[in-house]
Amino acid sequence: MMSPDRAELIHMLRTMIMIREFDLLAIELRKQKKIHGAVHPYVGEEAIAVGVCAALSTTDRITSTHRGHGHCIAKGADINRMMAELFGRVDGYCKGKGGSMHIADFAIGMLGANGIVAGGMPIACGAALAAQLEDAGGVAACFFGDGATGEGEFHETLNIASLWKLPLLFVCENNRYGAGNAVESVRAQTDISLHAPAYGLPGVSVDGNDVLAVRAATHEAVARARRGEGPTLLHCQTFRSLFHAMRDVPPPETRSAELLAAWKARDRDPIARLEDYLTGQGMVTAADVQSIRDKVKSDLGAAVTFAEASPYPDPNDLLVDMFAE
Amino acid sequence: MRHISFAQALEEAMIEEMERDERVLMLATTRAPALENKFGDKRVRFTPISEAAFTGIGLGAAGSGFRPVVHWGMVTFSFVAMDQVVNQASKIRYMFGGQADFPVTYRCTTGGGAQIAAQHSQSPYSMFMHLAGLKIILPSTPADAKGLLKSAIRDNNPVISFECSRLASITGPVPDGDHIVPLGVGEVKRAGRDVTVVGLAYYVREALGVAEALAADGISIEVIDPRTLVPLDAELIRASVRKTGRLVVVDEAPATCSAASEIVALVTEDPATFRALKAPVQRVCAAPVPVPFSPPLERAALPDQARITAAIRRVLER
Repeated sequence: MMSPDRAELIHMLRTMIMIREFDLLAIELRKQKKIHGAVHPYVGEEAIAVGVCAALSTTDRITSTHRGHGHCIAKGADINRMMAELFGRVDGYCKGKGGSMHIADFAIGMLGANGIVAGGMPIACGAALAAQLEDAGGVAACFFGDGATGEGEFHETLNIASLWKLPLLFVCENNRYGAGNAVESVRAQTDISLHAPAYGLPGVSVDGNDVLAVRAATHEAVARARRGEGPTLLHCQTFRSLFHAMRDVPPPETRSAELLAAWKARDRDPIARLEDYLTGQGMVTAADVQSIRDKVKSDLGAAVTFAEASPYPDPNDLLVDMFAE
Repeated sequence: MRHISFAQALEEAMIEEMERDERVLMLATTRAPALENKFGDKRVRFTPISEAAFTGIGLGAAGSGFRPVVHWGMVTFSFVAMDQVVNQASKIRYMFGGQADFPVTYRCTTGGGAQIAAQHSQSPYSMFMHLAGLKIILPSTPADAKGLLKSAIRDNNPVISFECSRLASITGPVPDGDHIVPLGVGEVKRAGRDVTVVGLAYYVREALGVAEALAADGISIEVIDPRTLVPLDAELIRASVRKTGRLVVVDEAPATCSAASEIVALVTEDPATFRALKAPVQRVCAAPVPVPFSPPLERAALPDQARITAAIRRVLER
């Protein structure tokens, strides 16, 4: 595995900042009722999407979850079209038909966010089967949460992918909560990596708030998959900094202030950690980071402008896209 | 013309489509030695009994450039995969704004009459018709089975192929060559002037049997096979009813929210067809029970020629 060079490191930092700011802005826009429906923030988990996608190529395919904005951005989606989708406008990725929970960009191998826990896993397994048959070195990755391990689709997919040695990465984002339930209250086994050996594949636990560790573990899993040795389960341990979902108002916080503060500390926050590492290595200055943040903010401002300028879909087009020709 | 069985016709369709397009794959829980020998175990996949997984694998491979044909076995087993059918396959294209096609075909056997009891004697097509986004074929003859399955595999959308168990061994003429039946085009299986009988799958044959018997009494029955439930050739049925003024719909699913109900609604909602009706329409469907095992009970639960005949006589009385 190649160590990331300065340009890649800065790209990863910028992407993590973009993901966080995108979701914080989405929450704000939801509060202002400029966007509708539900927003599931990925705040605190950015290192996983960015670390995994750093080890994938554009032609590799991923599936995502209800908490999917981060996966889209990390895979290279256009924030203007993402924002327009959140606004329900015709220039959104799904022409306003999907919204926050159903953003997809097949052109960059992003096969869709998914509102059903574990629902994307078999689809990713199909993408991995396609990659195996294409025999061009492609891989697929499916992102899922700790909650998905309670679903049959998780276990079925793990078994088939291992049996067929599919080039698939199972990326478990263990953010410690399945909607409102703490993982230890619903899982008999909270070390999710231990599911892997039961199905004959490697299970690797990794600090999900360390983007470089996630990237390194993913590179290894991708190399294994490209060698034809089959899937790997990456158990990325992280923490959901915010609530499950934002509707009209944020849900009340039930977790202790100490716990929340501990995960917000600079030595745990995934963005602060990379930022401090890069400044410590002399690769970037505080001013560089500030200019990245300024650019992210202005790009997001432009995305909102783009979204607001885009028309709503025409109700006469209600039936368009139902069936392919 | 060659006479082959319904099951052979379906296998021919598979072989021809796999020969025609190397992106066609097959996934099934039971081995298909003939196909496997011909096309290899990469394209003919023998899967674990994990319906949710392989239903979604078919969908994901379809979205990644392949044309999988996924065999659920009996439709019964599709219920284990409902997330992938209802939440994923039926919605994936529209929900994502039409940015990708999902050319996947789900095959399954369907229907009762084989003394295999409730869980293995189901005809739940209307459950799937209800989901906007899935096409559905339901052939009644070997020729239609072959032609429709070939069209389903070539279609760029998820299609469910319901293959009636009681028809598997029946034989019939099948044209040579690339025999295609387009989706959404029904067929008049017997022309008549007094009563329109729409049959589905096995009950097309039963309706034809009744029509033949009643012809001796001077009653002329038109038998229509929609062949495809989504899209449904409503105009073919309406045109027939405008001619006969009488409609009987026969199917082995229970009547509540059934394909038969949908056909009746499509006919009666149309003003010109409604005005042409001379009698209330009749549905001849299964009793609203899980199909029972014991042969006399099973026979009592499912439609038969006597009940079809009785319904025809009722619409002729008014």
